[in-house]
This record gives sequence, structure tokens and C-alpha cells, in this order.
Amino acid sequence: MNARAIPPAVCSGLARTCALLLFAFLLAGPAVAQGFAGLGAEAEGFAVPQRGAPFSFPRDHGAHPEFRIEWWYVTANLVGDDGRDYGAQWTLFRSAAAPYEGEGWASPQLWMGNAAVTTPDRHHSAERLARGGIGQAGVTAAPFAAWIDEWRLKADGGEGIDRLVMTAAGPDFRYRLALAATGPIVAQGEGGYSVKSAAGQASRYYSQPFYTVSGTLEISGRTVAVTGRAWLDREWSSQPLAADQTGWDWFSLHFSSGEKMMGFRLRDSGGGYTSGTWIAADGTPTPLAANALRMTPGRTARVAGREIPVEWRLELPEKGLDIAVRALNAAAWVDSRYPYWEGPVRVTGSAEGIGYLEMTGYE
Amino acid sequence: MIALGLTTLFSHWRRHPLQLAMLLLGLSLATALWSGVQAINAEARASYDRAAAMLGQDRFDQLVPAAGGSVAQEVFVRLRRAGWNVSPVIEGDWRVGERRIRLIGMDPVTLPREASAARLTGMADLLRFVTPPGLVYVSPETAAMLAGSATPPLATSGDLLPQTAVADIGIAQALLKMPGAVSRLIVLPDHPAGHPDLAGIAPELVLKLPNPQTDIGALTDSFHLNLTAFGFLAFVVGLFIVYSTIGLAFEQRRATFRTLRSLGMPANTLMGLAVAELLACAAVAGAAGIALGYLVASFLLPGVAATLRSLYGANIAGALAFRAEWVLGGMAIALGGTLLSAAASLWKVSRMPLLAPAQPRAWARASQRLLLLQAAAGAVLLAGASGLVLWGSGLAAGFGALAFLLLGAGLMLPAALVGLLALLSRVPAGPVAQWFWADTRQQVPGLSLALMALLLAFSANVGVGTMVASFRATFVDWLDQRLAAEAYVTARTPEEAARLAAWLAPRADAVLPIWSVEGTVAGHAAQVYGVVDHPTYREHWPVIAALPDAWDRVAAGGAAMVSEQLLRRAGLSLGGTVVLPGGWRVEVAGVYSDYGNPVGQALVGQQAFDRHYPDAPRLRYGVRIAPERVAALRRDLDAAFGLPAGNVVDQAGLKQRSLDIFERTFAVTGALNVLTLTVAGVALFASMTTISAMRLPQLAPVWAMGLTRRRLALLELCRTVGLVLATLALAIPVGVALAWLLLAVVNVEAFGWRLPLRLFPSDWPRLAGLALLATLVSVAVPLRRLSRTPPATLTKVFANER
Repeated sequence: MNARAIPPAVCSGLARTCALLLFAFLLAGPAVAQGFAGLGAEAEGFAVPQRGAPFSFPRDHGAHPEFRIEWWYVTANLVGDDGRDYGAQWTLFRSAAAPYEGEGWASPQLWMGNAAVTTPDRHHSAERLARGGIGQAGVTAAPFAAWIDEWRLKADGGEGIDRLVMTAAGPDFRYRLALAATGPIVAQGEGGYSVKSAAGQASRYYSQPFYTVSGTLEISGRTVAVTGRAWLDREWSSQPLAADQTGWDWFSLHFSSGEKMMGFRLRDSGGGYTSGTWIAADGTPTPLAANALRMTPGRTARVAGREIPVEWRLELPEKGLDIAVRALNAAAWVDSRYPYWEGPVRVTGSAEGIGYLEMTGYE
Repeated sequence: MIALGLTTLFSHWRRHPLQLAMLLLGLSLATALWSGVQAINAEARASYDRAAAMLGQDRFDQLVPAAGGSVAQEVFVRLRRAGWNVSPVIEGDWRVGERRIRLIGMDPVTLPREASAARLTGMADLLRFVTPPGLVYVSPETAAMLAGSATPPLATSGDLLPQTAVADIGIAQALLKMPGAVSRLIVLPDHPAGHPDLAGIAPELVLKLPNPQTDIGALTDSFHLNLTAFGFLAFVVGLFIVYSTIGLAFEQRRATFRTLRSLGMPANTLMGLAVAELLACAAVAGAAGIALGYLVASFLLPGVAATLRSLYGANIAGALAFRAEWVLGGMAIALGGTLLSAAASLWKVSRMPLLAPAQPRAWARASQRLLLLQAAAGAVLLAGASGLVLWGSGLAAGFGALAFLLLGAGLMLPAALVGLLALLSRVPAGPVAQWFWADTRQQVPGLSLALMALLLAFSANVGVGTMVASFRATFVDWLDQRLAAEAYVTARTPEEAARLAAWLAPRADAVLPIWSVEGTVAGHAAQVYGVVDHPTYREHWPVIAALPDAWDRVAAGGAAMVSEQLLRRAGLSLGGTVVLPGGWRVEVAGVYSDYGNPVGQALVGQQAFDRHYPDAPRLRYGVRIAPERVAALRRDLDAAFGLPAGNVVDQAGLKQRSLDIFERTFAVTGALNVLTLTVAGVALFASMTTISAMRLPQLAPVWAMGLTRRRLALLELCRTVGLVLATLALAIPVGVALAWLLLAVVNVEAFGWRLPLRLFPSDWPRLAGLALLATLVSVAVPLRRLSRTPPATLTKVFANER
């Protein structure tokens, strides 16, 4: 099967996220909620991704309320004028309780933002929540703008999403970064149709991994000018993960050769499942065969009361790749209502590079 | 030794079970009333706290509209998109048929978890909560009340207060008919770095700091202070019982104490044993008192809840919980009160010379000097009370004056009684009468504590009774003035209202529109009524003070009449300016009384009202018509419009309903009055029992001179009745002074209105009858015992060393 899957777990993970966070509001105390408004169930009523349908830009930069979940996900590896490494994350999730956008407060659309800044020794994250229908959060396709509260990811000249400005702030950090694409948008899976299970569950998925970045970070009152690379992921779907899948480890890597790789491992009760995409320096994607990518967790760190692997060995024999991936800061914990690990990494071995790692489902 | 000592000490109670019963009864009663009142207060405060914690008003800053009312929800979005971490709330009165429910709409997504409106457990469906028709959370009581009404689906939560509902903000906006409006915004503590100033984004809002106490909490403080004062009074009266019982028990055990000491028990051990014994009794009585207090509180709570609702619009939960604060407090005060009552007796035992004869002295015999000293202290206290009234201000001063008055009067009582008896003894009479007066005088110190307790109870009774009766009489007069229209009709829709007005016009003497809006005046909730210029108002409205041509000014649209409460709360003055909701500034042309309304009120001219509040519901009319035609009008209205029964109210019905609310309001006061009097009766009983046991040495010689036991008992009865009636006579002026303090000082502070004092002397004979009854019951047992004392016992008085 086409293994160019994008973290299917992200889909159901997000669905769970939203279910959980809604419950967290409404129930004081530990919420033990399984499924909300059918979010944990099948895609009944929601649109299902269609194979072979081409993307239509700029429309597809905007929201697809008829799908259950969707996100705009930017990660940036940065170097400061102080010579230190930094990471920045900007994420907007959309989750729908029903497949339509309603008027005002009656809208069934729910938005969640996560933003983070990582330094070698500190990690700051913040989250925002909003309901659809009232203008507090949303996405417009052209000119492109995604926002929740004062956080923004919006077009700043250029075509489509070629040039973006990205801002966010938390209690002790804020950033303003300008993103400029130096390569094409990359469709993941079969022309953007990303199959994620044998049962046919899939998502629509594209990336823009070719951003160069410049801007400023302000961390605990200290401002630092930064430059670097960023990677945007766009995905929407309506279908959940398989019941026995417990979490995933997801990598987006920029190699110094100009090549990129997206790779992930879905953990389940069995041996797990890995897949990914090799992206040539000109943006041509090559899907990786199922389990062609070998991912071996190494040293773990105790983060937020859990054992999290913060060093990995990744092997892709067909490309002669054998690399060690180390977290810049082991404590890159996004402490939101649905917490997960998301932080910048450094690559050494047969190839050198930088990237981002996301890990969910570690208890 | 210790075991022996304890057994010896306890044997006394075995031989005097009545004394033990008195001790336990007195202490449990005192504890019961105190802890009952505290339980009620604790329950009410917990309810207020819940109201305050509702949506985090007690912990979070808030943004509120500077001009009162509400702001558009776009302001909320604007603030969020400028980096302000805020969550919107809408609040208002949701009308369900005849009822008004406090409806709070919130946004579950931005609401901080700490401000959760209530633990809305079991909410399994957010979609149902936020999309029409929505889901409205109410308390089980409210759900039962609303059963059958046209409401969105209801869900129950035990955490919500009665008369309060929580829904999604969008659903609440629709139910409150305030689409797109937001009442206030909760400001979350974790603001992003460097967000812009409020003035630049939403100048129509002002920041309000968290208030740990709700307005309701502040308003009702005085009410709870009132209850506490009552509880404390009852406790003090109860302690009189404990004091006299303990005094007697120690007096009667002097011989035992001396024997124990002679046998080698150190004084400290003896003291320790005596304290242990008392504490054991106190613990038992305290526990019983707390249980009894729970019963008292459960019995009173519905009345208190009704009172708080009708006076302040405060909602408190109907169920009573055992709370550590009053359970432990009750136990502490029982133990402390016992030790306090026993202090004098314990001190005497510790100082008892080992070799002195164990002869009981006449218990608590007081010298002339002590009496004078007490009277002087009393006079000082009374002077202090006057000083507080003249120069003090605030509720605390009012209650201080109350306390000084009662204590001062109590302290002066024995001297006053002795003086009275001295006068009476000058009246020439036979030897028996002379002995009677002299002996009575000699009795006064012994009975003085019980009599003081009675004085307190009587004064409270007269005072509170006078206050309630004055209030009631004023209220009835006021209702007559205020409810001038013979019938009140409420339409269901504006169209129906117009048809109704047209239909009524030829059938009635006058049709007076009564339209109102609710809002905020000087930070306090208030209602504004638009009224037409009509003699009904000019002639009947209960105006307290007004500028010349006040009604002309109101009709012209530049002035308002305000209620007394609003005037006091908002610090307005006649001729000054008041800012009505929406920023409308008008002159204060007059003040009228509006008893029993927790919300301030203002009357403005109809036309000006229409201009400023074009969206106010226009549904209600007062109808002037000959009273005998009201019934016919009702029938015709019913035939022509089919209005629901509640929409047509005649004056008589409305008055009856208002009076019912009034009676319920003061039912608690009545119940506490009776309970206090009961405790005082028990105190008298305890004192009489105590004294009669020690009276034998005084009575035996008189008996020996030829007075029969029957005659002696009769004389004793006369004496007690005489003393009680004299105490009552003295209590009446004290009670009237108390009533004056309550009406002219405490009520003004507590409720915001002043009432004229009216005396109802016809109530006093009833009280005298009650007092006589209590006296007869109290003395029946001791006197029966006296009249049956075997002659041998009386003779023994002369034979025994004692």
C-alpha cells in the first residue's frame, strides 16, 4: 500500500484532544471522557477525503468545516544572533462537532492554538481556545490568514502562502517571524491523498517545507534576532485511528544537502508501523515503503513524569541514511490540556541537519 | 484517689438528678440556639460564596461596561484579537411564565477552569449545550419548579443555587432576548506578554477588581449580624441556667470538698477533677446542643431563605449541611461557656480554707454595695448606648448601642427591684407582710441572674415585637397608597398590549401604563419605571420628601422620583442628579418609600422613558376602576383576551400576597423570640429550684412561728410572680427603646429605610400572661416540694449544725 501516510494518529489524536479539552472545561476534576459528540466514532455526516482529487489553491489553504479535523502546523529551527539554537512552533487546530459552520455561538467548530519557543535550556508554550462563528479564530484562504486571538499566520505579499508572517505570544514569550518559501508546495501521499490504514482511512495532506525564516524572539523579556528554516503542514480528515494505536513519533528533517524527510512511527500493540516521504532538494516527493524506515528509540529523559525518548537512531538503507537525532532540549513539553512533546532536533551521522520531532501518547 | 474523687463528685449528681438535668438542659439549649443560628449563617454564607465563586467573580478581574448594561460581543472578539485573555459572560433575568430565574450564560471554551460555573457533571454532549435549543443547567429544586414550563431541555446540578440557571452564552443571549450582548468579561490571569491598554481597544469597559464578597453578601451582612445577635442573646440567657446550677452544685458540695481535702487530696487535684467533671458534662450537653441546633436550623432555614429572598433577592440553598465551622464553634462555646459560668465557683473552691466549717452561706448573697456598684455600671452602659446613638454611625454602632442598652438595663434591674421593695415595705402592714417584703428583698440577689435573663428575654420580645408590628402597620398603610390602581393587567405580547389598552380605555376610569427597564445606578441594581402624569400618582404615591412641583418635573422628563433605598445606597440627594441606566442624567425630584424591595427604583415620565428606552417591554397596565367592578372586568378580560390567571391581578389579591411575603419574612423572628423566652423560663425554673433548696433555714423559723407550709408556698408564689411582673414592667420601656434602636438605627443601616415607631400596648398583657404561665410552670415543682416538706425536715434545720 502507499505508505506515504501522514500521522494518522494526529487525526484521532486531535479528535481525542478536542474531546478531552472540552470535557476538561465542563467537568472540573479529571475528565475521563471517551468520545464526544461522536468524535471518537466514524465519520458519519462528515466529508471523506477523495482519492485523486487535486488540491485547489488558494481555496485549500482555507478551512474545510465539512471535515472533522484540520490543522495549520508550522515548526521552525532557528539560530539566534547570540549563536544559540532555538525552535518555534505555531499550530492552529480546528475540530468540528458537526460538519458545517453555524451562525454565531451556535457554530459547531472549535479552534485550538498551540505556540511554543524552545531554547537549549528552556521551553515555553501557550495554548488558546476559541469557538467558531464569532470571529475569535478562523482561517481565510485568500489572502491567506489563520488566527486565534492575537496569534496570526498570515500572507505578507507574495503568492498564496509563499510569504507569511507568524506571530504568537504567551505569558513569558512572544515572537514575530517572517517566512519566505524557496521551493514548491509538496503534496504528501498520492497527490495529497494520504492513506493511513489498510481499512482505507485517509487524509488530505500537503506541506511547505522550504521556508527560510527571519525575525525576533522575545523570551522572558530578552529579545534575540533569529534566522533559520521552517516547515508548514496542512492536513484535514474525518476518520480516526485504529483502536490499538497508542501514539506516534513524527520527524520533519532538513538535511544540509537541501533534501528533506518526513518520517513517522505509529506505535501499537504489535511491532508498530513506520512510513514517510523523501523530498528531493527541488521538492520532488518520494513516498517511503511501509517499514522501510527503521526508527530506534535511544536514551530517554524524564519529562512531566513520563519516560520520553529524546535520542533516536533513524536508518533508511535505500538512501544510505543512518543518522542520530537528538533533542535540542529534552524538556520540550507542550503543557496544554492535551499535552505532547514537540521540539527542535539536531541530526548527525551519515547526514547532517536540523528538524522537529513530535511524540504523543507517552504515559 | 482520683477515681475515688471522681466517684464522690459524681455521686452528687446521682442524688440530684434534677440539677444534672438542669445543667445539661441549660447548656444544650444555649448551645442549640447559638449553633442553630450559626448553622443558618454558615449555610447562607456558603451560598453567597458559591454565588461569588460563580464564574470566578471572587478571584478574577472583570471588565464591565462603564455605563452599565451590556456591550456588544464584538468587543469581546476585539479584546481577544488584541491579546486580552478574557471570557464573556451574560447575565440577566430569564422569564419563564410567571417566574424569573437568574440566567448566566458563559463560554465553556474560554472560561478558565478555576471559574467553572458549577461542576456540571455528566455533561456528555457539548454540541447539545451550545447549539439550539441548548441545555440549561439548574438546581434540582429549580428543575422541579420549572417542570412543565416552556424551557429548553433542563439538566440538573446540585452545585447550582436555587433560582439560578447556567447555559451556553449563545443560548442565554437568545433566552434573555439580548442577541450579541455581553454583560461582563472575566479577565484570566495568564496574559500574554505586552498586550495593549484597555483604553485603546475597548474604552467602553472598565476594569473591576475581584470581589471576594458578592453585593448580596454585603447587603445581607446586617441580617446575619441580627441573627447572630439573637443567637448570642439566647446563649447568654442559657448560661444563666448553667451558672445557677453549677453554683448550687458547688455550694451543696462544700462539705464533700472539705472532706476530700481532709483526706489528703491536693487542692489542685480537686480543682482538676471538678473541671474534668464540668467539661464532661459540657461535652455531653454540647453534643446534644449541636444536634438540637441542627434541628432548630432545619426548622428555621426555610423561613430564613424566604426572608433573604424577599428582602435582598438572595438565593440560598434549602438543604442544611453539617459544617465544621459551626459544629466545632458550637462545641467550643459550650465548653467555654461552662468554664466561664463555673469560674466563680471554682475560684471559691480553690480558696476554701481547709478547716473552715463547711457551712453553705446564703448563695450569692450580695451586699448593698454590690447592688449599687452594679447599678452604677448599668448607668454607665446606658449612657454609652445614648452616646453611640448620638455620635456613632454604621451598623456596628447600632448593635453596640443595642448591647449596651440590654446589659445596662440588666445590671440596673436588681437595684431597681430592691428600691421598689424598699418603697413597698414602708407601707404599714402586719408582721407577715413585713417579713414578706424583707424576705423578698433578701431574695432579689439570689434570683437576680434569673431575673436579668427574663428581663433580656422580655425586652427582646417587646422590642422585636414592636418593630415587627410597626413595620407591618406601616407596610399595610404603604400598600394602600402604593397599590392605588384597582387591577393590574399584563399582556403577553406588545400587540396584545396595544389591543388591551384600547379595549380597557372605555371600560375603566383610567389606564396607566407601567413599563420598566432594569439596569445599574451608581453600581447598584435598579429598576426604572415610566409613568404617565395622572392624579393616581400625584395623590397616592407614598412620597417622603419632594421638591415643589415634583410631579410636573417628572412629567416634563427632566426629573425622577427615586425610592428611599436607591437614595441611600447611591448617595443621592433631593435636587441632585442621578445617572439612570444608559447614562441618562436627571434631577432627583422626590423620594418615596418602597419597603421590602431589594432593588432600587426610579420613576420617570412616560414620554421621556419612551425616548430613552425604546426597547423596554410595554406589557403592563394599572387599571383605575370602581372596586366593585373589578370582578366583572376580570370576567370580561378573560372572555375577550383569555389572559392567564396570573396576568390579571386585583389590588386585594396583590395586597394579600405582599402581606403573606411579609409574614413569612418575620416568621423567623417570631420563632427565635419564642425560643429565647423558653430558655429564660428554664433559667427561672433553675434558679427557683436552686433557691428553694437553700431556703429551708430561712423558712423554718417562720414555719415554727405558725405559718402553714401551704401558706408559705402561697407566699413564695406571690413573691415570684410579683418579681417577674415587676421585671416585665421594667422590660417594657427597655423593649420600646430597643424597638426604637432597631427601627431608627439598625434598619436604616441594614435595609435602607426608616420606619415610624408605633406602640402596640395591647400586645403586652399577652406577654404578661405568657410570663405568668412561665412563672407558674417554673415554680410549680419547687413549691410543691415546699408544701410537702415533712415537718421533721423543717425541725432538723434547728437541730443540724448546717
